[in-house]
Amino acid sequence: MSTPDKLINFAKRPKIAVHKFSSCDGCQLALINDAVSLLELATIVDIVHFAEAGPLDEFAEVDLAIIEGSVNTHHDVHRIEMVRAKAKYVLSVGACALTGGIQALRNFTDEKELRHWQHDVYPEETEVIIEGDLATAKPISAYVKVDFELPGCPINTGQILRAIRQILFGVEPEKNVDPVCTTCKHAGVTCVMVAKNESCLGPVVADGCDAICPKLGRGCYGCYGPAKYANMDAMIAKLKEMGLSDEQIKHKFHHINSQAITFHGVTARTISQ
Amino acid sequence: MSHYYFIPHTKIDQILSYFEGNGYKCLAPRHLEGGISYAPIRKAEDLPWGYVDEQKPGHYQITKTENPQAFGFTVPTASVKPMLFKAKETVWKVKRDDSGKLGFESVVDVEKIAVFGVRPCDLRGIEIQDRVFQHNSYNDIRYSKRRENQFIIAMNCGTSHFNCFCVALGDYPRADKGYDLALTEINSGFVAEIGSDKGRELLLYLEVDAATGAQVEHALNLIDNAAQMQHKQLPPIKEVEAKLMANLEHEAWDDVASRCLSCGSCTNSCPTCFCHTERDIPNVLGTETEHTREWDSCFSIDHSYTHGETYRENPKYRYRQWLTHKFSTWRDQFRTKGCVGCGRCVTWCPVKIDVVDEINTICK
Ligand code: SF4
Ligand code: SF4
Ligand code: SF4
Ligand code: SF4
Ligand code: SF4
Repeated sequence: MSTPDKLINFAKRPKIAVHKFSSCDGCQLALINDAVSLLELATIVDIVHFAEAGPLDEFAEVDLAIIEGSVNTHHDVHRIEMVRAKAKYVLSVGACALTGGIQALRNFTDEKELRHWQHDVYPEETEVIIEGDLATAKPISAYVKVDFELPGCPINTGQILRAIRQILFGVEPEKNVDPVCTTCKHAGVTCVMVAKNESCLGPVVADGCDAICPKLGRGCYGCYGPAKYANMDAMIAKLKEMGLSDEQIKHKFHHINSQAITFHGVTARTISQ
Repeated sequence: MSHYYFIPHTKIDQILSYFEGNGYKCLAPRHLEGGISYAPIRKAEDLPWGYVDEQKPGHYQITKTENPQAFGFTVPTASVKPMLFKAKETVWKVKRDDSGKLGFESVVDVEKIAVFGVRPCDLRGIEIQDRVFQHNSYNDIRYSKRRENQFIIAMNCGTSHFNCFCVALGDYPRADKGYDLALTEINSGFVAEIGSDKGRELLLYLEVDAATGAQVEHALNLIDNAAQMQHKQLPPIKEVEAKLMANLEHEAWDDVASRCLSCGSCTNSCPTCFCHTERDIPNVLGTETEHTREWDSCFSIDHSYTHGETYRENPKYRYRQWLTHKFSTWRDQFRTKGCVGCGRCVTWCPVKIDVVDEINTICK
């Protein structure tokens, strides 16, 4: 049975849980920031677990589990398996949950360099961290089946409320398939790449942020991950023509959504051109 | 009696107060954030005095010069299209009451807008969109009401940018119809022609004199000069229309698709593209929703999604859709050409794809 078919069986007053894995909590804030809408939502669903907002019942049976964060530790693996087993549907939100997030930069490094980073970031508790650590930071979908995904770093309030609403209506949350350029042009922004020679990843990055960066006169960094169609060869050729080195181009794509398949292979691509 | 009048620069403020007094919001090209774009204007000094622009494939730059003109640049970053056919707007709302009954409410948001400075190509763009939204099997009420409430001051060109090609399409950088007033900027003001009763009333209000023979000659020379600055060439448009459709499997489609980002910046900046999609934005409780209409583009993958199939998954078909629609099938659909030669699709293409070059490659 495909996911949309199953959605028809959604409970009348569904139970929802919001879980945090390895993350900065920014995506949960997208829900909390609009307190009025969250309270409205609470009149039609039961929010049984949402540590950041109050309710605690980690392994309750739920209709929808909303997951923020990536899987970085043995404990994370155990938790995500439990959560999945108790949830009818899993909605992953944000770059960490979808593509590993910033912390997945460790996947490109070696043991020695990684220890160095860890001592820099956690000078006192490093040993505890090393003990529980997995060798990689990976998306939720690397461990359990995920029904729906919402990209963004962080996701935004309108986006998550719309997605929950759509799931409650019994339809799959709408995906943003177009690139950032779409919203950018709709907003009448003067293209920063054309007019200011600012490198902008907008043409290969999924829309959804309302083109915040070009509106502020700077290029897109890629928070929402790859657009459905992303001509990476043409994009890389453009960045090279603008004078960026292979290393700089690699860093641009290996920033927020480094484990997204489309962006992951940039190293090989820059060298091949 | 002369049909040409002269409006000195010193009367611009009077034009603006005329608009204000008659309930118009006046939009004019302004220098904003690295570009010259339409924006509300209150005083003559808000105009981009001295600014000139350089436009090439994938390149746009403006520079301040000693040039004493307010309209010394070519075309603004965006055309007049967003004022008439909005990038995004709510078209209706629906609410469910306690008894479960649905109540629909139409949303028609119309402002009275005066546009000060519309280039001839953009004027032709409006004429083409009139055919799409008004003189077609259906009449778009939002577009029509905005058109009825629009005051257009056309601005003939005194210069062309590298990507301009209205001349190659058989047009000229001079407004021929569809304006209330048409101006040509010379040293200290504008040579004006009347296009409608509304335009005549404004001229009467301004109490201006007839232009001198020398002023008119100067203005016409500037327009000729702008035309001569254009260097792009195309086969006659009827030939282009036939050849594009006769070469649907040309290898050039693959070549351009390999360079094209499918970003849609060309269609979104084109004054004639009219594609749109509709969406519902429900409230959290699911008791009401707003139905919106927003621009779409044939470069969007979902644009060709119909009955479970995406017909233009391959980027070459997306590029081919854009070029053949714009430069060929448009004629069958609207009895006119689909391009006015403004060059925006070339300027704003981040990877410098030039429609004229692509057409010439395919029509060789
Ligand atoms: S600024 Fe970036 S996102 Fe906006 S149109 Fe240009 S390339 Fe696209
Ligand atoms: S424009 Fe790009 S970098 Fe900026 S917020 Fe949007 S997705 Fe992030
Ligand atoms: S196709 Fe290009 S040149 Fe022609 S009207 Fe559209 S944007 Fe202007
Ligand atoms: S199909 Fe493409 S070229 Fe034609 S009007 Fe729509 S967006 Fe423009
Ligand atoms: S032709 Fe240029 S502007 Fe148009 S979709 Fe392709 S890359 Fe974007």
